[in-house]
Amino acid sequence: MAEVFFFIAAIGALGGAVGVIWNWNPFYNVLALVVHLISIAALFLLLRAEFLAAAQVVVYAGAVMVLYVFVVAYIGGAEPAEISPFGPKLRPVAILFVGAILVELVIAFAGSGLKALDGEGAGYQPGFGSPGYIGDLLLTKFLVAFELASLLLTIAAIGAVVLARRRRGTVDEAAGDEQVLSVMDALRLPPGTGSQKEAVSGLPDVHEPAPGSRPEITTGTSAGTDREGGW
Amino acid sequence: MSITWYLVVSAILFAIGAGGVLIRRNPLVILLCLELMLNAANLAFIAFSRMHGNGDGQIMAIIILVVAACEVTVGLGVIVAMYRRRLPVDVDELRELHG
Amino acid sequence: MTDVKTFAWLTLLLPLAGTLVNAFGFKVFKGRAPGYIGTLFLAASFGCAIAMLSALLGLAEEERQVRAIAWDYAVVAGGEGQTVDVQLGLLVDPLSVFMALVVTGVSMLIHLYSIAYMDSDRGYSRFFAYLNFFVFSMLLLVLAGNFFLLIVGWAFVGAASYLLISFWYRRTTATAAGIKAFVINVLGDVGLTLGTFLIFIGTGTLDFLGSFERVGEVGQGELTAGCILLLVGAFAKSAQVPLHTWLADAMEGPTPVSALIHAATMVTAGVYLIARMWPLFEEAPAAADVGAIIGCLTLIMAATIALVVTDLKRVIAYSTMSQIGYMVVGVSSGAYVAGLFHLMTHAFFKALLFMAAGSVIAAMANVQNLDKMGGFRRSMPFTFGCMVVGGLALAGVPPFSGFFSKDEILAYTAAREDWHVVLAIVGYIAAFLTAVYTFRMIFRAFLGEPVEEARELEAGHLAHADVPRNPVTGEEEDTDVGFPGPEHRIAERAMPMKLAMGLLAIGAIGAGFLQIPQVTHVVDDFLHPTFAGSRYFEELHPSDALTWGGMALGAALGILGILVAWSIWVRRPGTAARMRERFAPLYTLFSNRWYGDEIIDVLVVRPALWFGRFAQSTFERVVVNGLFVGGTTGLIRAGSAAVRARQTGFLRAYAALMLVGIAGALLWFLIEAS
Repeated sequence: MAEVFFFIAAIGALGGAVGVIWNWNPFYNVLALVVHLISIAALFLLLRAEFLAAAQVVVYAGAVMVLYVFVVAYIGGAEPAEISPFGPKLRPVAILFVGAILVELVIAFAGSGLKALDGEGAGYQPGFGSPGYIGDLLLTKFLVAFELASLLLTIAAIGAVVLARRRRGTVDEAAGDEQVLSVMDALRLPPGTGSQKEAVSGLPDVHEPAPGSRPEITTGTSAGTDREGGW
Repeated sequence: MSITWYLVVSAILFAIGAGGVLIRRNPLVILLCLELMLNAANLAFIAFSRMHGNGDGQIMAIIILVVAACEVTVGLGVIVAMYRRRLPVDVDELRELHG
Repeated sequence: MTDVKTFAWLTLLLPLAGTLVNAFGFKVFKGRAPGYIGTLFLAASFGCAIAMLSALLGLAEEERQVRAIAWDYAVVAGGEGQTVDVQLGLLVDPLSVFMALVVTGVSMLIHLYSIAYMDSDRGYSRFFAYLNFFVFSMLLLVLAGNFFLLIVGWAFVGAASYLLISFWYRRTTATAAGIKAFVINVLGDVGLTLGTFLIFIGTGTLDFLGSFERVGEVGQGELTAGCILLLVGAFAKSAQVPLHTWLADAMEGPTPVSALIHAATMVTAGVYLIARMWPLFEEAPAAADVGAIIGCLTLIMAATIALVVTDLKRVIAYSTMSQIGYMVVGVSSGAYVAGLFHLMTHAFFKALLFMAAGSVIAAMANVQNLDKMGGFRRSMPFTFGCMVVGGLALAGVPPFSGFFSKDEILAYTAAREDWHVVLAIVGYIAAFLTAVYTFRMIFRAFLGEPVEEARELEAGHLAHADVPRNPVTGEEEDTDVGFPGPEHRIAERAMPMKLAMGLLAIGAIGAGFLQIPQVTHVVDDFLHPTFAGSRYFEELHPSDALTWGGMALGAALGILGILVAWSIWVRRPGTAARMRERFAPLYTLFSNRWYGDEIIDVLVVRPALWFGRFAQSTFERVVVNGLFVGGTTGLIRAGSAAVRARQTGFLRAYAALMLVGIAGALLWFLIEAS
């Protein structure tokens, strides 16, 4: 019975993978990946890693893919039709070396490479893939990795915010504001938050600074444009 | 059934992912293919964990999961920023980092 | 024994102390004080040399070769009995004491002379510092007990010679002459050093006495080659053909320098070397023969040139070259004592001649051209007397010292009875020429119609040039530092000069009596311990017939030469010009110095310049810049261009490359595991 489930899950995974690389509409690519991820979760279940299967579905297919969907919705964009000058040349190279990797790996697994792979593996203990087991390991043997991973998540979150935010709220794109984002943007306090400079010289003007130059601050008067309250 | 099956599936998925990275031009899709490769590695780790009977492979898979999430986040942030700057969202067009 | 060693070190180090005192105290000492200080140190050194002599004579004859070692820098025993022994060690034996006495004695008198002669020169202290340094170097050379110190002393002497030749350093001719002397000397240094290497390889020790004992262990070819290289060093230092061109130009230095270095001491270093290395030369007769032939060539060539040169100092310089040729012939043919004895007498009378010449030049207000001189006999009687004494000694007229020493050399050379007889015959011819050119010089300078300067001097007024000029090129100078001083001193008016010249004249007259054949043999006996075991020293003796016949011949030739000179230059004044026309080609050859400079220019200087130009234009441009520099940078540039081409900016290309790398790594792991 396990074999049947294995084959179903495997076909789902492979089909999803092929769908990821073959579709032209990004939405369909994301959906194919979701199918792939759920199939992988099924495979994890077959391998008695229950917690991981759940994490896969909830985190990966649930959160990460939703993020993906949002971005795809925002950007949209089918692939441009014209062939890039690089494209045709790469395809045979890609096929060749991907095939090479595949062959090597299969030889490694199925051939004379890794002999210890035959057999069912170690015996199954209850609680092998349970959250308790994982948690125990994370907090004892792999504590440093755990902490570092947390740190990594924090950094990624901050990085994403820095990369993608605007200096103000929603401003009409057609008004042609091209924003040059820099590290200084991250360090600069949003206008209207009550810094001492503002107390002295008033809220800054909305005049767009040239790239790299410091923003001019005119005292008092506004230039008549809307001033948003930052964000 | 033996672990070899899982490993072969993992290998095929990895190869497909690698091929996708090379072939597609939309950075979003390239990121998706990267996810494929990461998942293939995850599968391999879990398979080995099952084979050896200890949880090290699972922990590794969790960490990979975390890293993948972070990487997707930052990568998508970069793509959004590119889109906001009205740059063509096409990896072949974006090649100013050259020697 | 300790007495000998102590006095040896004192003799060596006192001149060095004099240098340091004069060098560091030049601001303190005024007037003639540096001169007196330098002379006092030298006199002390001479006193110590005499004490060293008496201490040495106090030892038994077998013990008279004393090693005085101050410091073992490195005594390392290598394999096969080789010892690298670098020691600060002197060898005090009769030969070195003899040389030390000559050096310190004559130097002391020359210092005395210089006190007055260099009086108004702005570089007075510097002169005496250099002069003391020179004496120190020469003493180091002759007292050295191993090859190492010999080479050090040899090099120092060359350096001192350079410093003193270009003493008037603002004269371009002087600095050029100094450089020329130094370069040729360095060539000699190279020969000396290479010769030392070859001999050291065979004998295994740098110490003289040890080396001489083991001379049998050196292969014949190596020994001959080593000795010939030593000869190269000797020839460079002693101005023998073909390394002789520097001596004439070295007359650019002040006259005391010419007297000391280029007559009495430095140029005799080559003779000393050959005499000291007699065990080596006796085992390598080919090298000794080379020495004898070159010495003979030099002596006849220099004599012919001295016949026609018009610069007073240069006549004496070529005369020196010729006389040293005699000495080289002597020590190369086995007549060691004769050669060294001639060294001593030559030191006396040549220094005397130079001093007298200095006096004449001072009277002529620094003009050295014989054509412009004449008739100084009445105005400078003392100088004239000294010059005549020196000239008679040089010409070999009995009973002056030069007669005994020169004839001894020629008699011993003829006693060899093989082809050396030819050398002796040439020597006699050159003796005749010597007398001719010596008295040509004296007659032209002192006899005849007095020139203007002489008339002024008779009236009591020493001539002064309005504008000081370079005696050779005639360009204008001043009298500040780097040029001769404004005042000139002649012997008649300066007591130190008179004293020095007088003492030397006594030596020139009387020194010959030390070695009257078959009557006195002071030098022979004294030098016996050094040369004991030499087959020539023991066995080579001219027969009575040879001795007496040679003496008669020598005396006759000397007197004949004087008479010939008298008849050409005094009796009928136009004879010289007529002879010049008759023998015009010979005259051209001689007055061009046998084209020595031109030959060296063609053989050495032009190829060197061509090579330099070739190196710069072709080698430098093509090989170094093009191949080495350009090639390396081109390679790197090509490599980096290839790498740079990978950085296209295409994301997918990078990913492709990564995959290629992964595939390769996987393949490698697969192969490793199977």
